[in-house]
Amino acid sequence: MSQATEAGPATPRPAALPPVVDAGALGWIRKNLFSSWGNAITTVLLIAFIVWLGSFLLNWAVLKATFSAESGKECVGTGGACWAIIGAKLRYIFFGSFPYDQHWRPLFAIVTMLGMLVLSCDRRMWNAGRLAIIWGIGTVITFMLMFGQIHIPVTLVSAIIFVASLAATLFRRTVADNTERTVYTAVTVLSGIYLILRVLGVLPSYSVPIVLFSYVETGSWGGLAVTMILATYGLAFAFPYGILLALGRRSNLPLIRGLCIGFIELIRGVPLISLLIMASVMLPLFLPSGTSIDKFLRAQVAVILFAGAYIAEIVRGGLQALPKGQFEAADAMGLNYVQRTTLIVLPQALRVVIPPLINTFIGFFKDTSLVLIIGIFDFLKTASQALVDPLWTGFPGEIYLFAAAVYFCFCFSMSRYSKYLEHELNKGTRR
Amino acid sequence: MAIAQPALPKAKVAPWNDPIIRGWFFQIVVIGAVTALTWYLVSNTIENLERQRIATGFAYLGRESGFEIGDTMIPYSPADTYARALFVGILNTLRVSVLGIVLATILGTLIGVGRLSPNWLLNKLCECYVELFRNVPLLLWLFLIYKVISEAFPGPRQAIAALWDTVFLSNRGLYLPVPFAHDVHGWMGVALLVGIAATWAIRRWAKARQAATGQPFPTIKAGLGAIIGLPLLVWLISGAPLDFSVPHLKGFNFEGGTVIQPEFTALLVGLTLYTSAFIAEIVRSGILALHKGQSEAAYSLGLTRGQATRLVLLPQALRVIVPPMTSQYLNITKNSSLAIAIGYPDLVAAVNVTINQTGQAVENVLIIMAAYLTVSLSISLFMNWYNRRIALKER
Amino acid sequence: MAALNGTSTVIQLDQVNKWYGQFHVLTDINLQVKQGEKIVICGPSGSGKSTLIRCINRLEEHQAGSIVVSVDGKSIELSNDVKNVEAIRKEVGMVFQSFNLFPHLTILDNLTLAPIWVKKMPKKEAEEIAMSLLHRVRIPEQANKYPGQLSGGQQQRVAIARALCMRPQIMLFDEPTSALDPEMVKEVLDVMIELAREGMTMLVVTHEMGFARSVADRVIFMDRGEIVEEGPPKEFFANPRNERTRTFLSQILHH
Repeated sequence: MSQATEAGPATPRPAALPPVVDAGALGWIRKNLFSSWGNAITTVLLIAFIVWLGSFLLNWAVLKATFSAESGKECVGTGGACWAIIGAKLRYIFFGSFPYDQHWRPLFAIVTMLGMLVLSCDRRMWNAGRLAIIWGIGTVITFMLMFGQIHIPVTLVSAIIFVASLAATLFRRTVADNTERTVYTAVTVLSGIYLILRVLGVLPSYSVPIVLFSYVETGSWGGLAVTMILATYGLAFAFPYGILLALGRRSNLPLIRGLCIGFIELIRGVPLISLLIMASVMLPLFLPSGTSIDKFLRAQVAVILFAGAYIAEIVRGGLQALPKGQFEAADAMGLNYVQRTTLIVLPQALRVVIPPLINTFIGFFKDTSLVLIIGIFDFLKTASQALVDPLWTGFPGEIYLFAAAVYFCFCFSMSRYSKYLEHELNKGTRR
Repeated sequence: MAIAQPALPKAKVAPWNDPIIRGWFFQIVVIGAVTALTWYLVSNTIENLERQRIATGFAYLGRESGFEIGDTMIPYSPADTYARALFVGILNTLRVSVLGIVLATILGTLIGVGRLSPNWLLNKLCECYVELFRNVPLLLWLFLIYKVISEAFPGPRQAIAALWDTVFLSNRGLYLPVPFAHDVHGWMGVALLVGIAATWAIRRWAKARQAATGQPFPTIKAGLGAIIGLPLLVWLISGAPLDFSVPHLKGFNFEGGTVIQPEFTALLVGLTLYTSAFIAEIVRSGILALHKGQSEAAYSLGLTRGQATRLVLLPQALRVIVPPMTSQYLNITKNSSLAIAIGYPDLVAAVNVTINQTGQAVENVLIIMAAYLTVSLSISLFMNWYNRRIALKER
Repeated sequence: MAALNGTSTVIQLDQVNKWYGQFHVLTDINLQVKQGEKIVICGPSGSGKSTLIRCINRLEEHQAGSIVVSVDGKSIELSNDVKNVEAIRKEVGMVFQSFNLFPHLTILDNLTLAPIWVKKMPKKEAEEIAMSLLHRVRIPEQANKYPGQLSGGQQQRVAIARALCMRPQIMLFDEPTSALDPEMVKEVLDVMIELAREGMTMLVVTHEMGFARSVADRVIFMDRGEIVEEGPPKEFFANPRNERTRTFLSQILHH
């Protein structure tokens, strides 16, 4: 206010209004559509285009369209869309060759996975414990519904318990009290003993069967549930291993770094199809003779390998964005590598990369459609397969537009969520 | 300054407390585990191959392939070797990728600029385009386009004719006239190369002259003149031969001319539409990243709009645009492998047939990976070099 | 200052040298710090003063000479031994120019993090200590906020409290007020002065000459990686012996 000396006592000026033409609907049209000659011509041309396209679509998709028919023959020659095929093939498109009377099972599996994803989108759920509960319960329900029965191998469970309690013993060592520590040690020792006896062959292999419905093998799975399982579990498994790859790539140990860079660049340099082909023809060769590996599982392994490399690069971006001062402050406090990484680095780095991670997830969701090339009946495959029926042949446009609409709903809502989240996180708590 | 840097006198450190020793120990454990896993997999593979009596090695490449390829750039017949079949596949991959990159860049740039238009309608229309193509799998677009071409277009007998019955569109593809092979074509190619070289020379000379005298020179016009004019001149001098092989209906299909097959068209159109949506967003964010102060500063120095764009704005926008654009170009190349789903004979399709015929999965998968890695790594090396060249120098 | 003569040496630097590639950042640094001594280090930018104190807790590695930190009668030499580095970091607190608070943790969690994970202190005890320290730096009401919600001065006071939470014997300050708006400098300096009165051993890199005058036992002037001059503040400011010191002082004291 260095030059304010001349100003007398401030007299309130009447609030200035914008010139009339800029206000209201007319003003808006003038400003946004007809601001210049070029602009006006563009607008007129575009309106003509939209009217032409719109009337064509309206004619084809609504006015001349057939909405119910016994077979495709009734649609021929109408000049409009044959939406009847969607009605006739709806259940096949969504559930594939899953036993017809059991279609409610994949339906509920889809609903379960959707619920899992939606819950995970809520920021209040963002802590390890809650996410573990949501995903644990969701996974059990999903696979229970899809398979109909689960045989839980005791050895596998005890191996998981062993690893978990060992990790707890190591990581909670500093904060746990005596009782807690004793429990961890006891569980570790007991599960360890069981595992050793099992490996030595003293104890027989045993599994706990949970049989609720009839068994449906993965070969009969199809449709949207397959697409969702491949994408969701592809990401869920790829996530931790992508983080490890990213940390490895940022490590100052040359061999580890080289290994991680080589792996990431190898996977990112080749198309997903080549990984899928590799998984379908080479995975069986990799395993000891006599063991066979489920085709669905092979595709899932390929998707996980693929996703991990991409996730690693995104997480690396988050790690690089972290100011050096954060590492120094953690060091100066005396935290060791594991403490620094889990308490300071990852919580911040992962937070930054959630929006790009969701975009990657959208990519995976679309890319899972490639599994049809190795013979998995995903959503796009069941849609294509619906065209093979001789009763309904000749309406690819209708079927594919319908499938496109389904994919669009998923991907578009996820991308909107990612945009919203980016906005929220930027607004966040920091200045 | 060769100052001796004496090492820190080694205090006695227990080996497990020395971070360097710890680091090496950890690395050796991890490398050991990876090696063990690799050895396990490889030994299983060898055992399995022996048990199934599958041959190993690349000897099969020299054998007769015995399969047809529908769309080839170089002469090929089933009597040729597997190696040649794979080479045909590689050429097809490159052809569709290069064309896809060019077209997607043009379309994507237009859409991206349209997204920033002050015209609300154009802006929203471009946004719809981007969202529509981004959020649906590429494979689905490919199926849709391919099926529409092959089912909705008429057969050869009812083909849509255009340009005085020289161009025909049918469900067998787009038939175009081509000039008959003539010696002058080779010389026109030479003239084109000469034109490019001349343009480069002119550019250097013009830069030097401007630096010395301050006189600018219309390099772009002169260069365009040389590149287009020289081949045209050669063609005119040789008597302007203009004999075309025009496609005509014979029996159930066309003869003569050249054909753009529906598989290729579907793949190219699909790749272009899908990728241009991503490129549009990249271009848009590149332009948005420009600071408004930059254009104001340029205008206030008296630069014209064109100069400001060429000298100040474009170099800055490119810095934001180039890295993500690179990965889109790589994506086009990798996504061209979806060809296999609609029957365009690219590398992966050729390899897939080869695997089915020879059973030699390992070698063939290695060939695919090596081919794509070569392309990916060379593009990213080039782009890294380019990036370093244009990167901002900062403290 | 005479009172310090009888007390023990806590930091001993002998012929410390450091290079960044070919660039000699620290040249033959010899420095003794007594228990309870307050040392202010000043010098032009790039003179190596920050590097010097960052060497003391091994944020930077020195390449020649020795650094020995003695606490509770034990002498620990900085070497490749991670145990020694850990031990020294437990006893040496550090405050950074850019605060380096952890933005994803609340103020209270920032303070209790190291006591819980490094000192293995029960959470409740750590929180009690943290709260009492927040009272001392006069921002107990901010305990459950996040760093981003605080002003620069408040953040730096939290950073001091965070370092104190480990009950260090020695505190290092790396230009603690340089990133602050002028009106916030005082609140941070006040906390530091209070800390000095309580007898904490402090090494402070700063350009706040007022602080040096009133608090320091010794002022060290560094230039081009060397200790050019050192002495009690009165002497140092009244008649600097070295030409470089005089130039520097005239530049920062008379604008």
